[in-house]
Amino acid sequence: MAMPFSTEDLSVYYGEYQAIKNISLGFPAKTVTALIGPSGCGKSTFLRSLNRMNDEIAGARSTGHIWMDGIDLASPSTDVIKLRQRIGMVWQRPNPFYKSIYENIAFGPRYYGIKNRKKLDEIVETSLRRAALWDEVKDRLKESALSLSGGQQQRLCIARALSVNPQILLLDEPASALDPVSTGKVEELISELKSDLRIVIVTHNMQQAARVSDYTAYFYLGNLVEHGETNKIFTNPEKNSTQEYIMGRFG
Amino acid sequence: MTTKTVNTKARTRARNADKIATVIIVALALSIVVILIGLLGFILFRGLGHISWDFLTSKPQTIREGGGIGPPLFNSLYLLVLTMIITIPLGLGGGIYMSEYAKPGKITGFIRLVVEVLSSFPSIVIGLFGLLVFVNTMGMGFSLLAGALALTIFNLPLMVRITEQAFASVPREQKEAGLALGLSKWKIITSIMLPVAIPSLVTGTILAAGRVFGEAAALLFTSGMTTPPLNFSDWNPLHPRSPLNPLRPAETLATHIWKVNSEGLAPDAIQIAAGASAVLVIMVLIFNLLARWGGRTLYRYMTASKRMN
Repeated sequence: MAMPFSTEDLSVYYGEYQAIKNISLGFPAKTVTALIGPSGCGKSTFLRSLNRMNDEIAGARSTGHIWMDGIDLASPSTDVIKLRQRIGMVWQRPNPFYKSIYENIAFGPRYYGIKNRKKLDEIVETSLRRAALWDEVKDRLKESALSLSGGQQQRLCIARALSVNPQILLLDEPASALDPVSTGKVEELISELKSDLRIVIVTHNMQQAARVSDYTAYFYLGNLVEHGETNKIFTNPEKNSTQEYIMGRFG
Repeated sequence: MTTKTVNTKARTRARNADKIATVIIVALALSIVVILIGLLGFILFRGLGHISWDFLTSKPQTIREGGGIGPPLFNSLYLLVLTMIITIPLGLGGGIYMSEYAKPGKITGFIRLVVEVLSSFPSIVIGLFGLLVFVNTMGMGFSLLAGALALTIFNLPLMVRITEQAFASVPREQKEAGLALGLSKWKIITSIMLPVAIPSLVTGTILAAGRVFGEAAALLFTSGMTTPPLNFSDWNPLHPRSPLNPLRPAETLATHIWKVNSEGLAPDAIQIAAGASAVLVIMVLIFNLLARWGGRTLYRYMTASKRMN
């Protein structure tokens, strides 16, 4: 396992039910990996297990390894709170804190010990710029984050995740609740952000997967059916079932 | 043909049943409103005429005419503050534990059962318990502190339930966002969830405060039915004649009403009881309005939003 971020034989169980079956998958630096597959195939579960979010679900447990710079994130002795600082996450439904736009971004860095007002201002501006939101909100930073539109809220959530400088960004259908214009903006953003970090995105939208990702992994019934460069998966997949799913014959 | 007639009949019957149900439900709702307005109107109508600045500030009289409700009114407010100082931290702690820390299972089920049973306890029984434990065994005597502790027992179940529900109703996505940022559980509870939960917490606390303010039975044997002569210029809580001394006996507005009504010797006892009742009702109304406004302001300040969502 030469890759600095990868899973090895990762399985996730909900009680007796095995939702993820021995998946080994690597995420190269500066790339976007799309996880696709029909509903219930385990792609979201897989994504959530990468930052141990499944720990919060009663009855969920996992076996196998998640490697990051030689550390096994899946090991019970790993400090979950620390690892989550290095792995940002954004969900399908925007979930800004019930706070001002400024506070949404400054909250994380301040928690990690940055008290200097100037430094915080700087982080807020950089994060918002990276999320392509700065120009729209720079005059209303004190307003509630809930006053933003859905698309803006989603970019705010991305900015919030960026505020603590993660190395990995997990996106769980980040655009499926947005209108086409906002979706376009989020996709553009993903393409820009990958120059700094690796991104894993779950999506139901085949065009979106084709547009934004470098690698695609196709999940079915908890198995990783096929994984490879997006171009190849979409034009010339090895497995029949991949082909059928991508062509929209089921799922 | 027959099925058609049956269908029409069935439909007419269903429509009639619907109409009757609507009428009954509206009538019930109206009667609740009528009862409430009637009650409030009656109390205010009988009592308002007796309220004056002198009535609100002067001391009660045992035999002579013209007694006021100054000390009982102060006692009620002070007792409310004391009770809330004890109840709110305990209730918040218990509720947060139940909603965020306790794993669902036999123990939480048992705690919940205890809370339910406690909340349906008759307040007179809690008063007697307070007499035995706080007043006698622990040697507090008839005192504000004993009263506050009895009222805490009376109120704690409600407070725990309010807190548990307020925290449970915070969207799960908020918690997840905090987790994904790498925040600790405690930080998420205090900085992310608490601001969202504030409006329901405040509303719940008002309910609890209203109950405390109006409670008489639990106080008869704990904070007592007398007030020693108070020196309203001495605010040192350690002095025996200071109004702030928590170890002095104190009759509250509610116990005063009860006493004046049942054993009052003054010729104007009925008017005094009526006036005091009106004051009690008005105070509870003021509480509601103030706390509502306060909760909204607090929510706005903590969440930077312009309006309630």
